Amino acid sequence: MRLRKKIDRFAGITFFVNAVLAAGVLFGILLFLFSYGVRAFIPAPGTDPGDPESRPLTILGFLFGTVWNPDAYGKPHYGLIPLFLGSLLTTLIALTISVPLGIAGAIFIAERLTGWVRIGVKMVVELFAGFPSVVIGLFGLVVLAPLIARTFNLSSGLNLFTASIILAVMSLPTIISVSEDALRVVPHSYREAAYALGASPWTTAIKVILPAARSGILAAVMLGFGRAIGETMAVLMVAGNAPIIPRSLFDPVRTITTTLAIELGETAANSIHFFSLFALGFVLFVIALATNLIAESLIRREKRSFTL
Amino acid sequence: MKKLLALITTFALSTSLIAGEIIVKGSDTMLNLVQRLAEGFGAVRGDVTVSVAGGGSGVGITAITNREVDIANASRAIKSKEISAARAQGVNPVEIVIALDGLAVIVNSKNPVKNLTVQQIGAIYRGEIKNWNEVGGPNKKIVLYGRQPNSGTFVFFREEVVKGEYASYMRQMNGNAQIVDAVKNDEGGIGYVGLGYIRNVEGIRPLAVAKSSQDQYISPLNEADVKSGAYPLTRPLYQYTNGKPKGQVLDFIRFELSPEGQKIVEEEGFVAVTQPYIEKNNKILQ
Repeated sequence: MRLRKKIDRFAGITFFVNAVLAAGVLFGILLFLFSYGVRAFIPAPGTDPGDPESRPLTILGFLFGTVWNPDAYGKPHYGLIPLFLGSLLTTLIALTISVPLGIAGAIFIAERLTGWVRIGVKMVVELFAGFPSVVIGLFGLVVLAPLIARTFNLSSGLNLFTASIILAVMSLPTIISVSEDALRVVPHSYREAAYALGASPWTTAIKVILPAARSGILAAVMLGFGRAIGETMAVLMVAGNAPIIPRSLFDPVRTITTTLAIELGETAANSIHFFSLFALGFVLFVIALATNLIAESLIRREKRSFTL
Repeated sequence: MKKLLALITTFALSTSLIAGEIIVKGSDTMLNLVQRLAEGFGAVRGDVTVSVAGGGSGVGITAITNREVDIANASRAIKSKEISAARAQGVNPVEIVIALDGLAVIVNSKNPVKNLTVQQIGAIYRGEIKNWNEVGGPNKKIVLYGRQPNSGTFVFFREEVVKGEYASYMRQMNGNAQIVDAVKNDEGGIGYVGLGYIRNVEGIRPLAVAKSSQDQYISPLNEADVKSGAYPLTRPLYQYTNGKPKGQVLDFIRFELSPEGQKIVEEEGFVAVTQPYIEKNNKILQ
């Protein structure tokens, strides 16, 4: 009896330490990004204040600047807006495609498929969830982009639209897989009650099961969002990489992630450009954190309304 | 014991103070060329391995400043800011020219435009000329393809041709091969690539370029014109070392500049070093 108590306490402490460690790592990354990124806004000691290349950024200039051109011929510009819009637009458009399709797919797999067929289909979906992004990017570059160019009579298929489709393809398996898990966890009694009241399987699925699995589905969408906004390689190959504010669906765009990939290797260490990239990383981290917090508060509100 | 051995080996491989390895990094334009030169050198000097990586001229220059490599490949000259950053770290970059490259401006083969002046190409890339019919072509929007800011080709083209900012909507591609592919599939496209990428390629046409509207239009396909400097868009391909090259690094560079090395340069589609650069090199390699 005493041994069992000891093991219990030991397990409790281990899990607590692990949780603290995980949270600590995340917090540590945040702190690291912030401490490097903030140096872009502080003049470095010993630099010539007249030199345009080492002039520190201003917060307003960074957050609301509409031009990102750090390796400029003339004066460098460090405006976040084109990159922020690039990341946001590609992700949101991708989600408008993949979320409805993903949830619909999940409903089909959870409610209509049985036995070996369901297991097989789930396996295939999970295989695609792990697909290397570079391969999907290659597919986008060689197959999808020319196809889109031909279909919409464009000169080039490397644009916001193609990048969004590629991101939809990448986030879809994740959304299907996690949503399907969420739907299956809903107790069978819900379904039986609905059937007893005369509901068809379709009505049951949409009006009873789906709302019951709401928090899980939201988690799936959050994961899909995270996958899409953090994707670098595939977007790098098909988005056109021009750091502009897109005025049409078929304009090229640049995201925060591709900017980090392109520019980090060639910046001189400890230059303003170098630190500004960390500031970009910090912004991306904050976006991901904010969406997660919003999602969490929504779920909590749901749970409260259920326990009336 | 095994872990200690692994640690020691990793340390040894990370610097060529241990005899037998030279680490080279930088320009993607020069990657294949220097890899072939490395192979040629290895055949002559079996005791030395030369490892070559890409990443872009900017990456190479940053690497030599951080003392991570022995030689940095660059398809553009080092900037004065980079020189001071290097000196601040105690690194003294020394410049050698190992080959010359021509930069071809390519259009889709269905595009009837054959000749452009350097000024016209500059205006196109600055976004001032937006339609092919302004330069004698069909009524089609011009779609710009270029490299990314870490590329030496990006910087060189901007300094020598664009002489201003690139149009913000220029599509920034990952490498020479991607630009060729993009222009091949885009009838309104224009791009710039190294000479080595235009030989025997279908679907694209390199333009004949003139220094100004009074000069002759010269095609980059004519090797003699690129060598003589008659073709306006030629650039030297550089290698930077920390201080004057010594020991096995000096041997490698001497091999690159030898008749055997320069033969490899020409086989790869580049141009052998010309007299003014030979003299500059000799001052350093003495």
